[in-house]
Order: sequence, then C-alpha cells, then structure tokens
Amino acid sequence: MYRQQILDHYKNPRNYGELEDPDFTHVGENPSCGDTIQMEVDLADDGETIAAARFTGDGCAISMAAASMLSEELHGMTTDELDALETDDVTDLLGVDVSPMRIKCAVLGRQVAQDGAKIHAGELDPNAERTITEE
Amino acid sequence: MEAPEQYPFDVAALRADFPILERSVGGDPTTPGEGPDDDVDLVYLDNAATSHTPDPVVETIADYYRTYNSNVHRGIHQLSQEASVAYEEAHDTVADFIGAAGREEVIFTKNTTEAMNLVAYAWGLETLGPEDNVVLTEMEHHASLVTWQQIGARTGADVRYIEVESDGTLDMDDAAAKIDDDTAMVSVVHISNTLGTVNPISELASMTHEHDGLIFADGAQSVPNRPVDVADLDVDFFAFSGHKMCGPTGIGVLYGRQALLESMQPYLYGGEMIRKVTFEESTWEDLPWKFEAGTPSIAQGIGLAAAIEYIESIGLERIEAHEELLAEYAHEQLSDLDGVEIYGPAGDERGGLVAFNVDGVHAHDLSSILNDYGVAVRAGDHCTQPLHDKLGVAASVRASFYVYNTVEEVDVLVEAVTAARDLFA
Repeated sequence: MYRQQILDHYKNPRNYGELEDPDFTHVGENPSCGDTIQMEVDLADDGETIAAARFTGDGCAISMAAASMLSEELHGMTTDELDALETDDVTDLLGVDVSPMRIKCAVLGRQVAQDGAKIHAGELDPNAERTITEE
Repeated sequence: MEAPEQYPFDVAALRADFPILERSVGGDPTTPGEGPDDDVDLVYLDNAATSHTPDPVVETIADYYRTYNSNVHRGIHQLSQEASVAYEEAHDTVADFIGAAGREEVIFTKNTTEAMNLVAYAWGLETLGPEDNVVLTEMEHHASLVTWQQIGARTGADVRYIEVESDGTLDMDDAAAKIDDDTAMVSVVHISNTLGTVNPISELASMTHEHDGLIFADGAQSVPNRPVDVADLDVDFFAFSGHKMCGPTGIGVLYGRQALLESMQPYLYGGEMIRKVTFEESTWEDLPWKFEAGTPSIAQGIGLAAAIEYIESIGLERIEAHEELLAEYAHEQLSDLDGVEIYGPAGDERGGLVAFNVDGVHAHDLSSILNDYGVAVRAGDHCTQPLHDKLGVAASVRASFYVYNTVEEVDVLVEAVTAARDLFA
C-alpha cells in the first residue's frame, strides 16, 4: 500500500497551507484515527470553478497523501465535478488497493471538500457536526 | 536481553491445539479464510482484543450442537435436561475458577461491557443521586468510563477520575483524596488494556470499603492470564469476557456478592428470569437466573467452562510467567529501537501487552505495514480515548500476547517495526 508516490505526498504534501481569503473553509475528522483535515478553496469569478485549493491536517499517510493528490486535481474542477467524485476516484489517485478498514482515511479529504462546497452553496447546514467519515 | 530459552510450558505442543496459527495472510481481506494469495505466516499479537479458540473448546461447542442442542430450563425432555445441567454447571466452573461462593454469584452476560451495564442500570440508576460520587481511573476502558459517565449524567452523581502518573501507574494519593464518604462506587480496571498496568485492586478495595462504598473491578485483561480470586481481591463486583481466554465470543461473566445481587432489581425482563407471572405482576427466579432473561448463550456458556478447563490444565501461574516473559522481552527489544515510544510501566511490572508508537509513523500506517509482515496488532485508541488524549497521541499500536506466542514472533514484530520506521524515515 505504501508506494513511493504515496510516501512522497505524505512527506512533501502539495498545496499544504491556507489561503488568504478563501471562498470556503471546512474541517473534518476521523475520531478513531485522529485524522483531521482542513480544506480551503478559492472559486473563480464564475462562482463554480475551483481556482485554488489548500489543505492542512494531521493524520496517517493514506489520509494525507490522498488529500495532497486531491488538492492537485481540484484546480480547474467545478463544484459539480467535485460533488461527483466517488471513492474509486480517490483510490485511483492513490494508485493502490486500499484495504477496507482504511478507506475512510483515503476519502476524508474528498468528504471535507465536498461538504465545504455544499455548505458554501447553502445545501448543507453549516452548524451540522463537522464532517466525520467514520463508519 | 538474550532470548529466553525456557518457557514455563511446552508452547510448541500447545500450538497444535490452534490450527488458525498455521494459516497465512496477505491476500484478499474481503473473503474469509486462507486464499491463494495469502503468502506470509500469521503472527497473531492481538490477544488483548480476542484470543484464539483451541480445538478442545471448539469440539465442546460442536458437541453441544451435534448431540444435545436444546433450550435450557424449559423442557422435561432429555436433551433440554442435558443442556440445562451443562449450562448450570458452567456457572459452577466459573465460580470455582474465580473464587466465588457459588453459582448464585455468577451471572452470564454477553461480555464485560454488558456486565458493567447490568450493574450501572440495575444498581447505579436505582441507587445513585446528586449527593453521591463514582470514582473511575483515567485508564478506564470505555466500557466502564462511558457507562458511568452516562449514569452520572442521569442521576446527578459526580464522576471523578483517579489520575495516572507518568510511569503509567495510578496516583494512590489521588485515589485516597478522590475516594471519600460520598463515594458509592469505585470502578477500576484490573489490568489496563493500553498501559498494561496491574492496578492494586485489594488496596483500592480496602480504601473503598473504609468509606462504605462498593468496588467493581474490570478483569477483562487479568482473568485470562493470571490467577484471580475475587475473595482475595475483596471486590463487590467483577467482570470478564470469555473470548479473551480461549473461549467463544458472546459470553461474559458478572460476579457480584450474593447479598448485593439479591438486593438489586433485574436488568432485563422476560422469560427465564421469572418465577410467577400474572396479568398484574411478576416475581423473579433465584440467582443467578434472575439476571439472565431470555434464552441465554448456551453453547457459549458451556464453551467458556471448557476454556477455563483448558487454561487451568496449562496452569494460570505458568500462563502469567509466560506472558511476563514475552512482555518483558518485547518491551526491551522495542525500547532498543530509536524513535519508539512505549506507554505504561517498565517491562517486568505489566500485563502481557505493549502499546507503542513510532516517531513519524501514524499507528494505522504502522499497523498496515506490520500486516504486510503477517503481524496482527491492534491500532487505534483501544477504547481509551481520554487516556490517549492524556498521553498526547491520537492512537497507538498494541501488541498483546497469549499462551501460544513465542519469542520468535516478537522478533518478527521488531523486524517489521524497524522496516516501517525506515520506510518513513
């Protein structure tokens, strides 16, 4: 599971940090692992194309590498395309078979980005509990 | 430390009773059992979560289903009588095993958690009020911690925690301060499932009783691997689970002093636990059946008795010596590795488990890599989230040993931990 590419993204995460004035920010966690990820997104003037994405977080190599890889993919994606991302899309990015018990680590970053976009669009209650992908 | 040459019993011969130890892993985890892609020897070090079941116990359970499967306490027919006698005698076996006065003090539950909830509901909800306090420790398993937390919230009782010192032992001065005249219950883990700390139960019991409180010890991690006598410990309640001691899942034990159990109302109502029922009211069966409503886990109860006979045939003192040998060896070998942090007391003062972290490697990543080496460990918070918060870590990896484990298996663990550390360096 720990191919060089995953270790590289874990040790040198891409787009790691915060944006100056993001259109939306969202945080989520996996309580049992202690994985926490914050996603920040800038939208283009059309209000739906992702112009920039940054993340910060703390967690296992799978969750951090997946968030790093996702942050690269998000650039230029529309919020509808983000919403359509499925678990397989994330594991394809990782390029490895993620064992069943680790899937929740892999999809945390995607879930945080999707929930953040939905809250921004008024489709999800911002006062709802923070994103939890625990199953 | 040199690898010890002598085990307290013949481990190699004993392993023959556990065919699962011969299987390989590494293949597709979505299909149970060994498959063509399983290519690495299993090294099972997750015994604090659940132990394996030896053939004699499996045979006892299979024999019940094959030859006298029947409901208990209901039929006059022979099969029901055979099942009832075996199921009732299983309570006697447990009573002898833990030093209880008799079967009246031995209630079969689903597991330790249910035993804890039984007392919390049947005694705690009925008895506690805002003037009372319940004393736990910071190293309690969620089975105790969450349960009393909820009972405290419902009754207004103050729930307080005896602090854990940096060496993983209880602060007994803090215990003396927290246990006071308003203490109704002290609920304390006998051996910590995370730190491996062996808590001084009888000392805590005498402190509790001086203040006229009750004490409940959680024996889930102690009963499987050392002689335990509830009279020596002087506890009022005690609980443990069958599946951590060579028995099946679905069976646990609540020990309670007979007078206490008699004073308590039932926790579950229904069949099996009643004596006389009218449209208006009901009366209860004698102990222990009063607390065993509905069809119980019959095969599992009989299986638990077989498991007790199995580990008694090895000898609990010898099992304890074997666990100490492996835990001390693992503690020393892991301590020698740079970047490894071990939680809990030093090697010769702990139960048979070692929880640790490797600097820069998340516990779940470490566990995944260990799995590639065939090594099964627990990774996570081990149902002690507040303790992990205190330790300042989100999760840890825990290796835990049982009767069939060997020094060579500890060596595989250490090799795999070293490889994981180097991969992430």
